[in-house]
Amino acid sequence: MADTIHDEVVPARAPWLHDVRAGETLEIIDLEGNQAVDFLLYRTDDDAERYSAQDTIAAQGNIFLRVGSVLISNEGQAMMRVTASTVDYHDTIGGACSCESNTLRYGHHTRSQHACVDNFLDANSRMGRDKRDMVSNINWFMNVPVEADGALGIVDGISAPGLSVTLEALMDVTVVVSNCPQINNPCNGFNPTPVRMIVRR
Amino acid sequence: MSSTTADPYGAQAHARAQAGTSVEAMPVLPATRAAHLPPGVAPEAMLWAETIAAGGYTSKILNRGARIELTDIDGDGCVSMLAFNAACPVERLNVADTMKIQWNAYLGAGRFILSDMGRVILSILEDGAGTHDGFCGASNEAANARKYGDGTNHGTHPNARDRFRIAVAKYGLGRKDIHPCINLFKGVTIDPDGATVPQCGPFAPGRRVVLRVEMDLILVFANCPHVLDPRDGYSVTPVRVRAWRGPATPPDDPLRNATPEGQRAFLNTDDLFAR
Repeated sequence: MADTIHDEVVPARAPWLHDVRAGETLEIIDLEGNQAVDFLLYRTDDDAERYSAQDTIAAQGNIFLRVGSVLISNEGQAMMRVTASTVDYHDTIGGACSCESNTLRYGHHTRSQHACVDNFLDANSRMGRDKRDMVSNINWFMNVPVEADGALGIVDGISAPGLSVTLEALMDVTVVVSNCPQINNPCNGFNPTPVRMIVRR
Repeated sequence: MSSTTADPYGAQAHARAQAGTSVEAMPVLPATRAAHLPPGVAPEAMLWAETIAAGGYTSKILNRGARIELTDIDGDGCVSMLAFNAACPVERLNVADTMKIQWNAYLGAGRFILSDMGRVILSILEDGAGTHDGFCGASNEAANARKYGDGTNHGTHPNARDRFRIAVAKYGLGRKDIHPCINLFKGVTIDPDGATVPQCGPFAPGRRVVLRVEMDLILVFANCPHVLDPRDGYSVTPVRVRAWRGPATPPDDPLRNATPEGQRAFLNTDDLFAR
């Protein structure tokens, strides 16, 4: 039985940053259901190497992250593997909400609302990273289908209270999360809630 | 018997004798002297005339209002594009926002391309291809090595990420600045189960895409085989680039006004140029 080495509840709307070493697992639990967990990943000893949605999609030939999906870096290396998921699939094309993109999606009245990019900048800037480190992300527990005509959108979620996803680190990685504060679309069921992070060795 | 390049004057004469050589993949300077001008474009309006080699790359700073025509001369080009705000390169193309804001994953005429600051950076005025890709990104050295036996930048199977790395370095930018790209001329569609379906041709020769530059940009193009190209061989052909001066997008522009999201994106771009 693996030992729990870190167990933390990330409050609604908050950022979270944690190192996960090769061989350790990270379980993310959607405590109250349909809470998008925006997720960036860096190689700990060289953070110019980081998760790439495009390389991951190209490598697995599918836009959805499911059990068995390997998260691939911008330089083609395997970073983490999805070892368990009680949600059928997760998103990696929907990006992260920002104050700026909210003005396009909903109107300039949303400019002062909190957003995932601000969470990422908050967490990363404490570690010497900056906006150049804002790249493609994963949205655990978020549902973004693509229709035959290309229509795409963040729609009602397929997660539920207590569902989870577990990732095994294949190299030493730094995880940066934004527990998504979006209130203008269904990605959080219009109600941002806490999530739980458990690292095991 | 000494060679003609044994002394500096001989070497100078030898070097100078090469002037005027013409090859397919090269820039034409000044661009006003270029052949293959886009329809209706006067020579004096030309800003950029170049053909990107198969496996090659190029870059240019183009200002607001400029138009760019990319021509897939022989039907097997694959232009991977990066774009940065020329005045503040930490602002760059954002593929996820480009799809999400337009509620559609496929690029074509009438669509726009967004930065990560909620501004429209490029509009697609004409699209004779219909096969583009925002999902699969650039090839990298490891991928090309697996596929072709070699993926080095200096070898015969250069990868798009390395082409980007070299290109952006010439603007003082680095590995962290290589953002998710858009691939033009090679497409990917998505099946209902999420599977990627590559459209790698080869296609009919001469397909064209015309873009409008909505703010001052550093544009970077790499022309390497698509990362999902199913063919065994390293197959890619040169792409012709033409750019010319044009007016900034007016308030009554149809593309600008086609959607409420687009209207706000253009407002955000205009705001950048408020003086």
